[in-house]
Amino acid sequence: MTVSPSLDERFRAAAAAANLLDVAFDVVDETPVGPLLVGVTDHGVCRISYDPDWEHQLDALARRFGPRVLRSRKPIDRVRRELDEYFAGKRRHFDVEPDVRGLRAYNQRVLTELARVEYGHTTTYGALAAQAGNPRAARAVGTIMNRNPIPIVLPCHRVVGASGSLTGYAGGLHRKEQLLRLEGVLV
Amino acid sequence: MIPPFETFYEAHRDEIYRFLDRRLARDRVEDAFQETFLRALRAYPRLRHGDHLRAWVFTIASRIVVDDVRRRRPEAELPELVTEDGRPAYEDLAHLTEDLPPKQRAAVVLRYGYDLDYEEIGAALGSTEQAARQAASAGVRRLRKERT
Repeated sequence: MTVSPSLDERFRAAAAAANLLDVAFDVVDETPVGPLLVGVTDHGVCRISYDPDWEHQLDALARRFGPRVLRSRKPIDRVRRELDEYFAGKRRHFDVEPDVRGLRAYNQRVLTELARVEYGHTTTYGALAAQAGNPRAARAVGTIMNRNPIPIVLPCHRVVGASGSLTGYAGGLHRKEQLLRLEGVLV
Repeated sequence: MIPPFETFYEAHRDEIYRFLDRRLARDRVEDAFQETFLRALRAYPRLRHGDHLRAWVFTIASRIVVDDVRRRRPEAELPELVTEDGRPAYEDLAHLTEDLPPKQRAAVVLRYGYDLDYEEIGAALGSTEQAARQAASAGVRRLRKERT
Protein backbone atom coordinates (compact mmCIF):
# COMPACT_ATOMS: atom_id res chain seq x y z
CA MET A 1 0.00 0.00 0.00
CA THR A 2 1.34 3.39 -0.95
CA VAL A 3 0.46 7.02 -0.40
CA SER A 4 -2.13 8.21 -2.91
CA PRO A 5 -1.13 11.06 -5.24
CA SER A 6 -3.85 13.27 -3.73
CA LEU A 7 -2.61 12.76 -0.17
CA ASP A 8 0.96 13.33 -1.34
CA GLU A 9 -0.03 16.61 -3.01
CA ARG A 10 -2.01 17.63 0.06
CA PHE A 11 0.99 17.21 2.33
CA ARG A 12 3.29 19.07 -0.05
CA ALA A 13 0.81 21.96 -0.27
CA ALA A 14 0.34 22.04 3.52
CA ALA A 15 4.11 22.12 4.09
CA ALA A 16 4.42 25.18 1.86
CA ALA A 17 1.31 26.86 3.27
CA ALA A 18 2.69 26.45 6.81
CA ASN A 19 5.87 28.23 5.70
CA LEU A 20 8.03 25.28 6.66
CA LEU A 21 10.21 25.02 3.56
CA ASP A 22 13.68 26.40 2.92
CA VAL A 23 13.27 25.66 -0.78
CA ALA A 24 10.19 24.58 -2.73
CA PHE A 25 10.86 23.23 -6.20
CA ASP A 26 8.97 21.80 -9.12
CA VAL A 27 9.46 21.06 -12.78
CA VAL A 28 7.92 23.47 -15.27
CA ASP A 29 7.12 21.31 -18.27
CA GLU A 30 6.71 22.21 -21.85
CA THR A 31 8.60 25.44 -22.25
CA PRO A 32 10.12 26.14 -25.68
CA VAL A 33 13.55 25.41 -24.17
CA GLY A 34 12.43 22.13 -22.60
CA PRO A 35 11.41 21.28 -19.05
CA LEU A 36 12.91 23.49 -16.34
CA LEU A 37 13.58 22.75 -12.70
CA VAL A 38 12.54 25.81 -10.69
CA GLY A 39 13.36 26.42 -7.02
CA VAL A 40 11.99 29.23 -4.85
CA THR A 41 12.63 30.48 -1.32
CA ASP A 42 10.72 33.11 0.60
CA HIS A 43 13.23 35.59 -0.88
CA GLY A 44 12.41 34.78 -4.49
CA VAL A 45 13.55 32.41 -7.21
CA CYS A 46 16.81 30.69 -6.26
CA ARG A 47 17.28 28.13 -9.02
CA ILE A 48 16.39 27.49 -12.62
CA SER A 49 17.97 24.47 -14.22
CA TYR A 50 17.78 23.05 -17.72
CA ASP A 51 18.30 19.65 -16.14
CA PRO A 52 14.86 18.64 -14.81
CA ASP A 53 16.31 15.51 -13.20
CA TRP A 54 16.37 16.93 -9.72
CA GLU A 55 17.63 14.05 -7.56
CA HIS A 56 21.27 15.07 -7.78
CA GLN A 57 20.57 18.79 -7.39
CA LEU A 58 18.85 18.66 -4.03
CA ASP A 59 22.04 18.42 -1.98
CA ALA A 60 23.36 21.65 -3.44
CA LEU A 61 20.09 23.45 -2.65
CA ALA A 62 20.08 22.05 0.89
CA ARG A 63 23.65 23.19 1.48
CA ARG A 64 22.89 26.73 0.39
CA PHE A 65 19.45 27.32 1.85
CA GLY A 66 18.77 24.64 4.48
CA PRO A 67 17.64 21.00 4.48
CA ARG A 68 13.90 21.54 4.13
CA VAL A 69 13.86 21.15 0.37
CA LEU A 70 10.58 19.75 -0.93
CA ARG A 71 8.79 19.48 -4.25
CA SER A 72 5.65 21.54 -4.01
CA ARG A 73 3.60 22.89 -6.87
CA LYS A 74 1.97 26.01 -5.60
CA PRO A 75 4.97 28.09 -4.48
CA ILE A 76 6.30 27.83 -8.03
CA ASP A 77 3.13 29.22 -9.63
CA ARG A 78 4.32 32.80 -9.81
CA VAL A 79 7.60 31.93 -11.55
CA ARG A 80 5.74 29.48 -13.79
CA ARG A 81 3.36 32.24 -14.86
CA GLU A 82 6.14 34.76 -15.49
CA LEU A 83 8.08 32.22 -17.55
CA ASP A 84 4.96 31.41 -19.57
CA GLU A 85 4.47 35.10 -20.28
CA TYR A 86 8.13 35.55 -21.19
CA PHE A 87 8.08 32.67 -23.64
CA ALA A 88 4.82 33.96 -25.12
CA GLY A 89 6.58 37.29 -25.80
CA LYS A 90 4.31 39.11 -23.35
CA ARG A 91 6.88 39.81 -20.65
CA ARG A 92 10.14 41.67 -20.99
CA HIS A 93 11.09 41.89 -17.34
CA PHE A 94 10.74 39.43 -14.47
CA ASP A 95 9.08 40.77 -11.35
CA VAL A 96 10.07 37.85 -9.14
CA GLU A 97 13.24 38.61 -7.17
CA PRO A 98 16.35 36.51 -7.78
CA ASP A 99 17.66 34.99 -4.54
CA VAL A 100 21.46 34.94 -4.77
CA ARG A 101 22.18 34.51 -1.05
CA GLY A 102 25.04 32.18 -0.29
CA LEU A 103 27.07 33.12 -3.38
CA ARG A 104 30.38 34.93 -3.06
CA ALA A 105 30.10 38.71 -2.84
CA TYR A 106 31.83 39.25 -6.18
CA ASN A 107 29.53 36.78 -7.93
CA GLN A 108 26.55 38.56 -6.43
CA ARG A 109 27.83 41.87 -7.73
CA VAL A 110 28.31 40.53 -11.23
CA LEU A 111 24.85 38.92 -11.22
CA THR A 112 23.33 42.18 -10.00
CA GLU A 113 24.91 43.96 -12.97
CA LEU A 114 23.74 41.19 -15.25
CA ALA A 115 20.16 41.74 -14.08
CA ARG A 116 20.32 45.25 -15.53
CA VAL A 117 20.93 44.05 -19.09
CA GLU A 118 17.61 44.66 -20.74
CA TYR A 119 15.41 42.46 -22.85
CA GLY A 120 16.43 42.47 -26.49
CA HIS A 121 19.89 43.89 -25.77
CA THR A 122 23.27 42.23 -25.37
CA THR A 123 26.47 43.10 -23.59
CA THR A 124 29.94 41.54 -23.59
CA TYR A 125 31.85 39.67 -20.88
CA GLY A 126 34.37 42.51 -20.74
CA ALA A 127 31.73 45.24 -20.45
CA LEU A 128 29.96 43.37 -17.68
CA ALA A 129 33.29 42.89 -15.89
CA ALA A 130 33.94 46.63 -16.13
CA GLN A 131 30.51 47.42 -14.72
CA ALA A 132 31.19 45.10 -11.80
CA GLY A 133 34.39 47.01 -11.09
CA ASN A 134 37.20 45.19 -12.93
CA PRO A 135 37.46 45.52 -16.72
CA ARG A 136 40.16 42.81 -16.84
CA ALA A 137 37.95 40.16 -15.29
CA ALA A 138 36.15 39.09 -18.48
CA ARG A 139 37.23 35.49 -18.05
CA ALA A 140 36.04 35.37 -14.41
CA VAL A 141 32.74 36.84 -15.55
CA GLY A 142 32.49 34.09 -18.16
CA THR A 143 32.85 31.51 -15.42
CA ILE A 144 30.20 33.22 -13.32
CA MET A 145 27.83 33.24 -16.31
CA ASN A 146 28.53 29.55 -16.81
CA ARG A 147 27.51 28.84 -13.21
CA ASN A 148 24.58 31.26 -13.11
CA PRO A 149 22.09 29.53 -10.77
CA ILE A 150 19.08 31.36 -12.24
CA PRO A 151 19.39 31.50 -16.04
CA ILE A 152 16.64 33.22 -18.04
CA VAL A 153 15.61 35.37 -15.03
CA LEU A 154 19.23 36.48 -14.68
CA PRO A 155 19.81 36.87 -18.41
CA CYS A 156 23.28 35.43 -19.03
CA HIS A 157 22.06 34.57 -22.53
CA ARG A 158 22.40 38.32 -23.26
CA VAL A 159 26.15 38.24 -22.69
CA VAL A 160 28.22 37.56 -25.80
CA GLY A 161 31.86 37.68 -26.89
CA ALA A 162 33.56 40.94 -27.90
CA SER A 163 33.46 39.83 -31.54
CA GLY A 164 29.71 39.33 -31.31
CA SER A 165 29.96 35.52 -31.29
CA LEU A 166 27.64 33.76 -28.87
CA THR A 167 30.65 32.08 -27.20
CA GLY A 168 28.96 29.61 -24.84
CA TYR A 169 25.97 28.80 -22.66
CA ALA A 170 25.63 26.34 -19.80
CA GLY A 171 22.24 25.26 -21.15
CA GLY A 172 23.69 24.66 -24.64
CA LEU A 173 24.31 27.20 -27.40
CA HIS A 174 21.08 26.24 -29.18
CA ARG A 175 19.14 27.51 -26.19
CA LYS A 176 21.07 30.77 -26.09
CA GLU A 177 20.19 31.24 -29.75
CA GLN A 178 16.58 30.38 -29.06
CA LEU A 179 16.29 32.97 -26.28
CA LEU A 180 18.02 35.70 -28.29
CA ARG A 181 15.75 34.93 -31.24
CA LEU A 182 12.70 35.17 -28.98
CA GLU A 183 13.90 38.59 -27.83
CA GLY A 184 14.49 39.74 -31.40
CA VAL A 185 18.26 40.02 -31.10
CA LEU A 186 18.82 37.28 -33.65
CA VAL A 187 16.60 36.90 -36.65
CA MET B 1 24.79 15.74 6.95
CA ILE B 2 21.00 15.72 7.02
CA PRO B 3 19.56 14.68 3.65
CA PRO B 4 17.23 17.08 1.83
CA PHE B 5 13.71 16.61 3.21
CA GLU B 6 12.48 15.42 -0.19
CA THR B 7 14.84 12.45 -0.03
CA PHE B 8 13.83 11.60 3.53
CA TYR B 9 10.12 11.93 2.74
CA GLU B 10 10.33 9.80 -0.40
CA ALA B 11 12.19 7.10 1.49
CA HIS B 12 9.69 6.76 4.35
CA ARG B 13 6.27 8.02 3.31
CA ASP B 14 4.88 4.66 2.18
CA GLU B 15 5.95 2.70 5.24
CA ILE B 16 4.67 5.46 7.54
CA TYR B 17 1.38 5.39 5.68
CA ARG B 18 1.09 1.60 6.13
CA PHE B 19 2.03 1.91 9.79
CA LEU B 20 -0.73 4.45 10.41
CA ASP B 21 -3.21 2.54 8.28
CA ARG B 22 -2.79 -0.57 10.43
CA ARG B 23 -3.36 1.32 13.66
CA LEU B 24 -5.93 4.02 13.05
CA ALA B 25 -9.51 4.24 11.90
CA ARG B 26 -9.72 4.75 8.16
CA ASP B 27 -10.94 8.32 8.39
CA ARG B 28 -7.99 9.31 10.60
CA VAL B 29 -5.11 7.93 8.53
CA GLU B 30 -4.66 10.80 6.08
CA ASP B 31 -4.68 13.53 8.73
CA ALA B 32 -2.26 11.53 10.86
CA PHE B 33 0.03 11.05 7.86
CA GLN B 34 0.10 14.76 7.14
CA GLU B 35 0.61 15.62 10.81
CA THR B 36 3.50 13.16 11.09
CA PHE B 37 5.46 14.75 8.26
CA LEU B 38 4.57 18.32 9.23
CA ARG B 39 5.94 17.63 12.71
CA ALA B 40 9.02 16.08 11.16
CA LEU B 41 9.44 19.16 8.97
CA ARG B 42 9.18 21.48 11.97
CA ALA B 43 11.84 19.57 13.88
CA TYR B 44 14.06 18.85 10.87
CA PRO B 45 16.39 21.87 11.07
CA ARG B 46 17.19 21.01 14.69
CA LEU B 47 18.49 17.52 13.90
CA ARG B 48 22.20 17.28 14.43
CA HIS B 49 22.79 14.34 12.10
CA GLY B 50 20.99 12.11 9.64
CA ASP B 51 21.43 8.79 11.45
CA HIS B 52 18.35 6.90 12.60
CA LEU B 53 15.91 9.06 10.66
CA ARG B 54 13.65 6.06 10.15
CA ALA B 55 13.32 5.37 13.86
CA TRP B 56 12.84 9.07 14.45
CA VAL B 57 9.89 9.42 12.07
CA PHE B 58 8.33 6.22 13.40
CA THR B 59 8.51 7.70 16.87
CA ILE B 60 6.69 10.80 15.69
CA ALA B 61 4.02 8.66 14.02
CA SER B 62 3.71 6.53 17.17
CA ARG B 63 3.08 9.58 19.30
CA ILE B 64 0.40 10.74 16.94
CA VAL B 65 -1.29 7.33 17.13
CA VAL B 66 -1.15 7.36 20.92
CA ASP B 67 -2.57 10.88 21.08
CA ASP B 68 -5.30 10.01 18.63
CA VAL B 69 -6.36 6.95 20.57
CA ARG B 70 -6.33 8.88 23.82
CA ARG B 71 -8.48 11.62 22.34
CA ARG B 72 -11.02 9.12 21.12
CA ARG B 73 -11.23 7.16 24.34
CA PRO B 74 -10.66 9.68 27.12
CA GLU B 75 -12.96 7.90 29.56
CA ALA B 76 -11.67 4.41 28.91
CA GLU B 77 -11.24 2.22 31.95
CA LEU B 78 -7.83 0.77 32.59
CA PRO B 79 -8.09 -2.12 30.17
CA GLU B 80 -7.14 -5.71 30.71
CA LEU B 81 -3.99 -6.88 29.04
CA VAL B 82 -4.94 -8.06 25.60
CA THR B 83 -3.17 -11.27 24.84
CA GLU B 84 -4.91 -12.39 21.72
CA ASP B 85 -1.68 -12.44 19.76
CA GLY B 86 0.54 -12.68 22.80
CA ARG B 87 1.18 -8.95 22.74
CA PRO B 88 -0.82 -6.16 24.32
CA ALA B 89 -2.43 -3.84 21.82
CA TYR B 90 -0.88 -0.40 21.52
CA GLU B 91 -4.04 1.36 22.69
CA ASP B 92 -3.98 -0.54 25.92
CA LEU B 93 -0.29 -0.01 26.40
CA ALA B 94 -0.73 3.71 26.06
CA HIS B 95 -3.09 3.71 29.02
CA LEU B 96 -1.37 1.02 31.03
CA THR B 97 1.96 2.75 30.97
CA GLU B 98 0.75 6.18 31.97
CA ASP B 99 2.42 6.06 35.39
CA LEU B 100 5.82 4.92 34.20
CA PRO B 101 8.75 7.33 34.01
CA PRO B 102 8.82 8.84 30.50
CA LYS B 103 11.80 6.92 29.17
CA GLN B 104 10.52 3.53 30.39
CA ARG B 105 7.10 4.30 29.04
CA ALA B 106 8.41 5.24 25.62
CA ALA B 107 10.59 2.13 25.50
CA VAL B 108 7.70 -0.18 26.45
CA VAL B 109 5.24 1.38 24.04
CA LEU B 110 7.66 1.45 21.14
CA ARG B 111 8.80 -2.10 21.74
CA TYR B 112 5.54 -3.88 22.46
CA GLY B 113 3.02 -1.54 20.89
CA TYR B 114 4.88 -0.66 17.72
CA ASP B 115 7.28 -3.49 17.31
CA LEU B 116 10.35 -1.34 16.85
CA ASP B 117 13.60 -3.12 17.68
CA TYR B 118 15.87 -1.91 20.47
CA GLU B 119 18.31 -0.25 18.13
CA GLU B 120 15.53 1.88 16.67
CA ILE B 121 14.15 2.67 20.10
CA GLY B 122 17.58 3.67 21.35
CA ALA B 123 17.93 5.99 18.38
CA ALA B 124 14.47 7.39 18.89
CA LEU B 125 15.18 8.13 22.53
CA GLY B 126 18.60 9.55 21.84
CA SER B 127 20.39 6.80 23.72
CA THR B 128 21.75 3.34 22.98
CA GLU B 129 20.31 -0.04 22.11
CA GLN B 130 21.35 -1.35 25.51
CA ALA B 131 19.78 1.56 27.38
CA ALA B 132 16.54 1.04 25.45
CA ARG B 133 16.50 -2.66 26.36
CA GLN B 134 17.07 -1.84 30.02
CA ALA B 135 14.39 0.86 30.04
CA ALA B 136 11.84 -1.51 28.46
CA SER B 137 12.56 -4.34 30.88
CA ALA B 138 12.52 -2.00 33.89
CA GLY B 139 9.18 -0.70 32.66
CA VAL B 140 7.73 -4.16 32.25
CA ARG B 141 8.91 -5.20 35.74
CA ARG B 142 7.28 -2.15 37.22
CA LEU B 143 4.01 -2.79 35.38
CA ARG B 144 3.94 -6.37 36.67
CA LYS B 145 4.50 -5.16 40.21
CA GLU B 146 1.73 -2.56 39.94
CA ARG B 147 -0.75 -5.14 38.74
CA THR B 148 -0.20 -7.69 41.45
